[in-house]
Amino acid sequence: MTGQATGRATTRAHPGRPGRLTRNLSAKIASIPMMLTAVVVFLGGTLWTVLYSFTSSKLLPRLKFVGLDQYERLWAAPRWLVSIENLAIYGIFSLIFSMVIGFVLAALMDQKIRFENTFRTIFLYPFALSFIVTGLVWQWLLNPEHGVQSVVRAMGWAGFSFDPLYNSSIVIYGILIAALWQGTGLVMCLMLAGLRGIDEDIWKASRVDGIPMWKTYLFVVIPMMRPVFVTTLVIIASGIVRVYDLVVAQTSGGPGIASEVPAKYVYDYMFQAQNLGQGFAASTMMLITVAIIIVPWAYLEFSGGRKRV
Amino acid sequence: MSDRGQLKKTAHLSEVPAAWEAGPRGAKPRRLVSTRTIVVYGTLFVAAAYYLLPLYVMIVTSLKGMPEIRVGNIFSPPLEITFEPWVKAWSSACTGLNCDGLSRGFWNSVMITVPSTIISIAVASINGYALSNWRFKGADIFFTILIVGAFIPYQVMLYPIVIVLREIGLYGSLSGLVIVHTIFGMPILTLLFRNYFAGLPEELFKAARVDGAGFWGIYFKIMVPMSLPIFVVAMILQVTGIWNDFLFGVVFTRPEYYPMTVQLNNIVNSVQGVKEYNVNMAATILTGAVPLLVYFVSGRLFVRGIAAGAVKG
Repeated sequence: MTGQATGRATTRAHPGRPGRLTRNLSAKIASIPMMLTAVVVFLGGTLWTVLYSFTSSKLLPRLKFVGLDQYERLWAAPRWLVSIENLAIYGIFSLIFSMVIGFVLAALMDQKIRFENTFRTIFLYPFALSFIVTGLVWQWLLNPEHGVQSVVRAMGWAGFSFDPLYNSSIVIYGILIAALWQGTGLVMCLMLAGLRGIDEDIWKASRVDGIPMWKTYLFVVIPMMRPVFVTTLVIIASGIVRVYDLVVAQTSGGPGIASEVPAKYVYDYMFQAQNLGQGFAASTMMLITVAIIIVPWAYLEFSGGRKRV
Repeated sequence: MSDRGQLKKTAHLSEVPAAWEAGPRGAKPRRLVSTRTIVVYGTLFVAAAYYLLPLYVMIVTSLKGMPEIRVGNIFSPPLEITFEPWVKAWSSACTGLNCDGLSRGFWNSVMITVPSTIISIAVASINGYALSNWRFKGADIFFTILIVGAFIPYQVMLYPIVIVLREIGLYGSLSGLVIVHTIFGMPILTLLFRNYFAGLPEELFKAARVDGAGFWGIYFKIMVPMSLPIFVVAMILQVTGIWNDFLFGVVFTRPEYYPMTVQLNNIVNSVQGVKEYNVNMAATILTGAVPLLVYFVSGRLFVRGIAAGAVKG
């Protein structure tokens, strides 16, 4: 309300020479929430966490610097090492599989099929569900006593064994299956949008030249879709680093610590174990991981003539 | 509905197929059923079955009685349909000592989602408007921080926000959580609105300026009425996103205010008592029902929303 009044008064009172600060005053006042979020929460919060990761904070944050102690402790903790290993396995496989499955589905959808909308609705609906719901459904499907394993055994393969959620050496793949079910629809949609952006003439030309379809995809279309692939990659990758709810719902990190992930480590140390320093150090490591993914991408994307933001 | 007009910008998502059909590629004469068609449809049907299977199992399990679940197979349809698990999940499933079912979580989620959606969209649309039409010095710096911030893992910013909320006395309350959702919805929504407003014809804005309209006048009389579709997209994005949130709910609220997702997880993963899989699945469907409903009703707009959301990641 006040913003409105001042804004109008300013434009009317000094039409010729607006003061530096009062110029666009309403816009500035209206942008205060954005400025506060950007500076206080995003910038300030991040710097604060990084700073306190060098302290010995336990129950409460305290500015008692201990150098890299927290990081040394972190990298010596078996649970953190398991988390990192899980994140690496989960990350690599979900990147590869969601890209491949997403692209193949998109390519199939692009064959001018009938019921395209129905198929898209089916492939994408899991994406509307939360990770909690996804995790719980797959916990039930992978239940060894009632789920897929028991069904296959009842069909005659008595020795069939598929119990990822109760077997610590493969539990992360159980989570991967659920994550792929939830997320590939999105990848398919992005890829499909990319495929639709390919010039029709490319296809005509390759048909005239008698190039088989798979070769056209592999050597012409996919290279042309590089930007789509890169964007998708960044999206999937930043989602991977954040994976948390899915693990909480599906396995709670178990059996034992076999399916722990970094985000869960952070939460548990910050809000349950009251060991803030460890939580801050672990979250800073997550930040570094994301930076490793984002910075090269942002550099490639935005250095060559700021096309889009 | 308003579907048509707003799809102008997403032509690549929705309207190109029509153009394809008209192209020469479609006119190619073919046999009625070729091997290729079989492979394409076969694969698609198998994939569709795989994607639908969990939903089917959820529904089937929630309609069975426990004795039937213990002996039967999860894929078989119920011999005797019972709605008791649904009733129990809604009104008397237990989390710890509380036995008032998921309904409490549902209403909490409603009380979180509605104000969060409205406030975050209001704030972000004004941001986007200021950024695209009233650029002031330094605005782009804040915007860049915002966009970069969207990639920072939430875990990095959780504790500082806890401290700030505790200082202003909102930690643990619903309003605190609403603020958190507004903050973390801001990057993507601001981007969405900024790009949309930037695409509107500039003459409109200039004409309104000449007629003496100010910042708020133009926003309410021109920008909002002209951008209803993008508001709907933002709403879809926020309703599903906030409803599905787990981390913020568990960090920033007290147990009596836990949103549905948190309560669902507590019900299903509670260690006490006999596991009632049918009740668990009924509860899971109930929690997924709202975003699913939004998804099925909104159709293409949802795709547009996630395509926009995808830019952020």
